[in-house]
Amino acid sequence: MEQSGLMEDASQVPAPRRVGLFVTCLVDLYRPSTGFAAVRLLETAGCEVEVPPGQTCCGQPAFNNGDSATARAIARSIVERFEGFDHVVAPSGSCAGMLRRHLPELFADDAPWRERAERLAARVHELTSFLVDVCGSAAVERLRGAAPPRGVRTATYHDSCSGLRELGVREQPRHLLAAVDGLDLVEMRDAEVCCGFGGTFCVKYPGISGRMVSEKVENIASAGADAVLAGDVGCLLNIAGRLGREGRPVRVFHVAEVLAGMAERGIGEPASGAAGTGAVAGSSRG
Amino acid sequence: MIPESHRFPDRAGLALADEGLRLALDRARQGFIGNRRKAVDALPEFQELREAARRVKNHTLANLDLYLERFESQATAAGGQVHWAADAAEARARILAICREAGARTVTKGKSMVGEEVGLNEALEEADLEVVETDLGEYIIQLAGETPSHIVAPAIHKTREQIRDLFAEHHAPLGLGAPGLGNAELVARAREVLRREFLRADVGITGANFLIAESGSTVIVTNEGNGDLSNTLPRVHVVIAGIEKVLPGFEDLSTVLRLLARSATGQEMSVYTTVSTGPRRGEDLDGPEEFHVVLVDNGRSAMLGGEFREMLRCIRCGACLNHCPVYHAVGGHAYGWVYTGPMGSVLTPLIVGLDKAHHLPNACTLNGRCEQVCPMSIPLPTMLRKLRTRGFERGFGTRTSRMGLAAWGFLARRPAVYGSATRVAMGILGWLGRRRGAFRRLPLAGGWTGVRDLPAPEGETFQRAWRRRGARR
Ligand code: SF4
Repeated sequence: MEQSGLMEDASQVPAPRRVGLFVTCLVDLYRPSTGFAAVRLLETAGCEVEVPPGQTCCGQPAFNNGDSATARAIARSIVERFEGFDHVVAPSGSCAGMLRRHLPELFADDAPWRERAERLAARVHELTSFLVDVCGSAAVERLRGAAPPRGVRTATYHDSCSGLRELGVREQPRHLLAAVDGLDLVEMRDAEVCCGFGGTFCVKYPGISGRMVSEKVENIASAGADAVLAGDVGCLLNIAGRLGREGRPVRVFHVAEVLAGMAERGIGEPASGAAGTGAVAGSSRG
Repeated sequence: MIPESHRFPDRAGLALADEGLRLALDRARQGFIGNRRKAVDALPEFQELREAARRVKNHTLANLDLYLERFESQATAAGGQVHWAADAAEARARILAICREAGARTVTKGKSMVGEEVGLNEALEEADLEVVETDLGEYIIQLAGETPSHIVAPAIHKTREQIRDLFAEHHAPLGLGAPGLGNAELVARAREVLRREFLRADVGITGANFLIAESGSTVIVTNEGNGDLSNTLPRVHVVIAGIEKVLPGFEDLSTVLRLLARSATGQEMSVYTTVSTGPRRGEDLDGPEEFHVVLVDNGRSAMLGGEFREMLRCIRCGACLNHCPVYHAVGGHAYGWVYTGPMGSVLTPLIVGLDKAHHLPNACTLNGRCEQVCPMSIPLPTMLRKLRTRGFERGFGTRTSRMGLAAWGFLARRPAVYGSATRVAMGILGWLGRRRGAFRRLPLAGGWTGVRDLPAPEGETFQRAWRRRGARR
C-alpha cells in the first residue's frame, strides 16, 4: 500500500486510474473494434484511458525468433512511452505476457534498463484480468448488462496460451461474460489447448498449425455455440480463418467486443454484415 | 541412431498424412493426459513434491562431481566396476569391450534411451552379437526395424494389428503361429519368446532411471519386470547411464519416484522398482557375476556449465510429450532422433548440434503446456527460445522468414514509417476484402492461406481512427 494513514482531503472519490492502452499490432492493424471496445470497458470501469502515440509491436516476433537486439530496441521504446502510467493494459494475453514476463529478461546485462523494465512490467495487465483483479467488484458491477451480438445466444471461450499460462487468465473472462445479458457460456473440449497460431509458427509450419487449428475448430463446433470468443486477436484470426475455410457458421469475436456490447461484424465477416447490421463496430468511444 | 532432425519438415509432412498414426496418437494422448490428471489430483502435495524434487536435483547438479565420485567409490566397494565415457563412441567401445571379454554371443537389453542415444544396438550387431530387446515396446520396434517414437512408450505409433502381423512374421521360424489380437495374447506371446532369450543371454544391458551415490546402486523402474531378468539372469550386467542420473541418497530417490510414475503414466508407482548394488555376493541365490556401470557424458557437462543446466533435471517421464500439441500432430519419428517432443527439441540440438536440428526448437508455438506439467519444473519454452537465439545468431532459418522478420523489425522500430505503411496496406486489404470478409489466397501469404482463410482487416488502423476521432475530445 502506498497510502499513509492520512487522507488527502475530504473528497472520498479516489482519483481515476491513469491507464495507458497498449493497443497491440494485431488490434491496431486488423481489429480496431477490439481497441475501441477495450477503451469503453476501461472507461466504464472508471479509468482514464490514453493511447500513447507511436505504438508498434510488443516485440514478440523478434524475441521469439531469437533476434534479441531488435526485441530490445522495441522494448526500450515501449518503456519510454508507457512508464508514466499507473497501469498498462493490453487486449491480449500474449502481448501482456511478453511485457510482463519477458521485458526485463531482455536487459539481463543492463541494470538501469532492467530496473525500468521491471518497474513497468509489474504494472502491465491483460484486459480482463485488469478489470476483475485490479479494478475490482464495483467496477465489474458497472460492466453488467451488455447485450450480446445479434443472434448469438451461446458462446464458447478459447483460452489463449500465454494469457492462461503466463498470466493465469482463466476465470476472469468467464466471470465477466456471465454478466452479459442472455448469453450462455458453454465449455468446449480442450479449451486450454493451443489453437496452432503461435505467431510466426503458423506460417513456418503450416501443416502442423493446420492440424492443430482444425482440431480446435472441431471442438468449437462440437460445443454447439453460436460464437467463439478469446482474448487474443492472433488466435481469433487463426480460428476464424479455419472456420471460414471449413464453411462452419460459428461467429468470432474478441471477448472485449462482447463485454462492451460492441460486437457487430465478426472477424472474417463481410463488411456489409453477415449479421445483417451493416454498421461498423466501434463507432463510439463511450 | 543417425540424427535425421534436419529433415523435420518433410518427416512431419509424412506423419501428418498417416491416418493410422493419427489414430494411435489420439488414443495414447487421451489415456496419458487423463491418467496423469487423476494421479496428480489424488495427491494434494504434488506441487510441494515438485518443488522438493527441483531442489534435490539442483543441489545434486551443483555438486555433480562430488556425487559422481561418491557413486564410483561406493559402486566399486560393492564389487562393481565403473567406466567413464566422454562421448557416444567411447560408450560403445567400452560396452563392446566388456561383451568381448565376457565372450558374449547374445545380449539382452532393457529399455535404455541413452543406449539409443549412443547407437549401442547398431554397434553390438555390427560386432556380430545378437541383441534382443526385452521391453515389449522396444522388442516390437526392433522386430519392425524402427526407432522409438516416445521415450516411455517406444512403440506408441503402432496399432495392435500391426503388432500381431509383426509377431506372426517373426515367430514363424520358431514354429509359432499368429497370436490373437488381445493385449493379453500379444503380451503372452512376447513373454514366451523372450523367456528363451533371457536364459541364453551372456550379457544383460539396462539403462538406469537413477544412480544412488550413497550406496553405489543403480535403479530402474519398469512395468514388465524385464529389467529384473536382464539384471539377474545373464552372467554379466552392464548399466549404461547419463551422468545426470545421480541422486545423493534413497531419501531423494523416494521424492523423485513419487513424481515419476504419476507424471509418466498416471500410476502411483511403476510395477517394478529394482535396485542393483554390485554383483552377486557369496550368499546370494542369483545375480550376475560381474556388474559394470558405464557413465556417459556426451554433451552433458557442457550443459552443466551453461544456460541449459536446468535441462539436466529431466527424469525422462514423457509428460511434456504427452501434453505437446505438436507431438500430438506429428508423433515422435518426425523429430528424427531418440528424444522427441519438447524435451527432445531442447536435448537434440544440444547433443547432436544445432546445425543438424535447428528446426526442432522452432517447431513450437511456445504454448507452455509442457512446462506446466513437467514434474521437474524445467522451463522448456525458455530453453527453446534460447536455442532460437543461438540459431538466429548463426544464421539458420529460411531466407524468406529471415527477410520477413527483418522487414517487420525495421517497421516496428520506426513508428512513423510503421504508421504510414500500415495505414496504406490495411486500407487496401480492408477494401479488397470488404465483400467476402476474408481472403482464400493472397500473394506471399501461402503459409497462412494454405490451410485457412485470411480474415480481412477492418480497413482503418486503430491508431489512425483514434487520432481522427480524438479531435472531437
Ligand atoms: S522435460 Fe520434464 S516433462 Fe519432459 S520428460 Fe523431462 S522431466 Fe518429464
